[in-house]
Amino acid sequence: MIRNLIKNKQQNEGVEALSSDERRHFLKMGLKLTGVFAGGSLLSLASVVEKVYATPGQFNDKYPYKPHYSMIMHLDYCVDCERCIEACAVTNDIPKYGFRTNILERQIPDGIDQQVEFMPVLCNHCNVAQCARVCPTAATYKNEQNGIVMMDVKKCIGCLSCQLACPYNARYFNEEKWAVDKCNFCFDTRLSKGEDLTACAEACPAGVRIFGDISDQRSRVYREVHQVSRTVWVLRPEAGTKPNVFYTRG
Amino acid sequence: MANGTVTSSLTLGEIESALVGRLRSGGNGYYVAVLFSGVLMLVGAIAALYATVGGHHTVYNVTREIPWGVLISGYIFFVVTATGLCLVSSIGHIFGSKTFMPIAQRAVFLSIVTLMSGFFVILAEIKVPIRMLIYNIISPNFTSSIWWMGTLYGLALCLMIFEFIFLIIGRHRPAIACGFVALLAEIAAISNLAGVFGLLNGREFWHGPYLPIFFIASAMMVGASATIFFQILAQKVNGEPFTPMMRTCLAGARKVAILMICIILFFTIWRTVSTLVGMPNGQYVGVMAMLTGPYALSFWGGEILMALLAPLVLYLLSRGTNIRMMLIASGLMLIGAFFMRYNMVIVGQIIPVYIDLHVTGFTELLEYFPSANEIIITLGGFGLTGFLFLLGEKIFNGHKVEDH
Repeated sequence: MIRNLIKNKQQNEGVEALSSDERRHFLKMGLKLTGVFAGGSLLSLASVVEKVYATPGQFNDKYPYKPHYSMIMHLDYCVDCERCIEACAVTNDIPKYGFRTNILERQIPDGIDQQVEFMPVLCNHCNVAQCARVCPTAATYKNEQNGIVMMDVKKCIGCLSCQLACPYNARYFNEEKWAVDKCNFCFDTRLSKGEDLTACAEACPAGVRIFGDISDQRSRVYREVHQVSRTVWVLRPEAGTKPNVFYTRG
Repeated sequence: MANGTVTSSLTLGEIESALVGRLRSGGNGYYVAVLFSGVLMLVGAIAALYATVGGHHTVYNVTREIPWGVLISGYIFFVVTATGLCLVSSIGHIFGSKTFMPIAQRAVFLSIVTLMSGFFVILAEIKVPIRMLIYNIISPNFTSSIWWMGTLYGLALCLMIFEFIFLIIGRHRPAIACGFVALLAEIAAISNLAGVFGLLNGREFWHGPYLPIFFIASAMMVGASATIFFQILAQKVNGEPFTPMMRTCLAGARKVAILMICIILFFTIWRTVSTLVGMPNGQYVGVMAMLTGPYALSFWGGEILMALLAPLVLYLLSRGTNIRMMLIASGLMLIGAFFMRYNMVIVGQIIPVYIDLHVTGFTELLEYFPSANEIIITLGGFGLTGFLFLLGEKIFNGHKVEDH
């Protein structure tokens, strides 16, 4: 077999020795291979959800949690009134030195219609949560029912590796609880008590934060994320965490 | 306990009088060094206790964005040095190289001591250490590099203590068995330590397979230098001349150190070149912070000059015979290696996670400088290493090893 290979190699030395049939065959194979990769990329553009979730097909037909809590932010509606931050602090007893949600500000000096844009941020409740992976004692974990990234306060050793791993700066150490604290979509303070909305979503007077179950096709968050004509994105997709907080305009 | 071995015929009283005799054999310089390192260790322990009870936020300069400060750098410095010492000790003690045999027992002891110093520093960094002791055992997370790192280093520490006990009682076969498993545990632990940083794809400065490879090579480099440094100090502490065997051993460790410096230089150059050419954003910002930014002094002065170039030149000039030159080279390397760990830990965090969004407050590099309390605790770690090293030299009679 090796002898045959050597023989073949010797026969194929130089492009002059290639017949036109062989060249055509090689080109076809190359196009097929390219098509597989390019086709995958092109297909992923067709569905925002696939792009957001990074792995084509993985979450296209079925969301892994029921309900699968999610939020979509209408950036252009935000005026930085900070009522969401206040409501969060009151509802979840957030100390002055910390926050679960925040509003970032982006200056756009050469913008035509506006020179500043506000960007509300909070825990993205990532499907591939780096914080949950790195925690040595499983003090932070993905809730198996609803996908919320939660804290089991009594297990937190305060190594702060979750703070380091989070690509969204969504965590801080709460000195009163002696544990890292973070957004849990108000699960303990509202959702588990029958409320439909998080405190921040309810407090927003401009309807920036749309909260709901993305696995429910009737929900607004599902309809907006799946609306083909709408541009939807996530923050830091390169971190590969498959976040559940989406951003859009309009 | 002649030749470092204890015979069962010794009574407790005899052992006590032998130990007291050995401790009394030190000169004034020895006692000053013991006192100084002991005070450093105690002050560090008090500072750590104060921070743990009063709350880290009151005395540490770490922030929400930069949660890991100089204490983590110190921890990494100590445990990587411990792995290096374990690797160097294994050359003679486990793999049977006669050249490295004379330093084997001391290297095992120092590996235990530096590992304990690492644990001392990390205990001050963990905010609720009592929970760590409980939930690391009853609620382990097997996907966590930190869990593996801590567990494996804990296992390695226990095994090395057994190894050391077997060595001093002259039972070499179980000592080699313990040493070999400890070596495997240390290698696995250091790769998990690097994985703590290398697996974070949200942090471009660290992400990738570079750090695990760099860490193991760096451990060997620092381990060889730590062996030289403490061996020369030990000869002075014990007032013993450098025998030809010991000189051959130091020359061997010097060769290992030179080789590893060259490898680390190669790594550093290629990391820098690949970052400057490809300009991956998070990594580029970090590398530029070290090349021309706020960490330039720490990088060029500490990492490149003190840890790599100066030791390389001095080791080469020493020709393996100039003891003073080798002592300076190895000392510089140890200080420089600390800067190396500091740069790695801090520069990875001063790059804001939102830097690409161009949002206010996150467009520039973040700032961190350790507080006095953090510095004192880190120095306490060094104090602990020095204190136990000095005591160990007397208690274990200069770590004299029989051929095995």
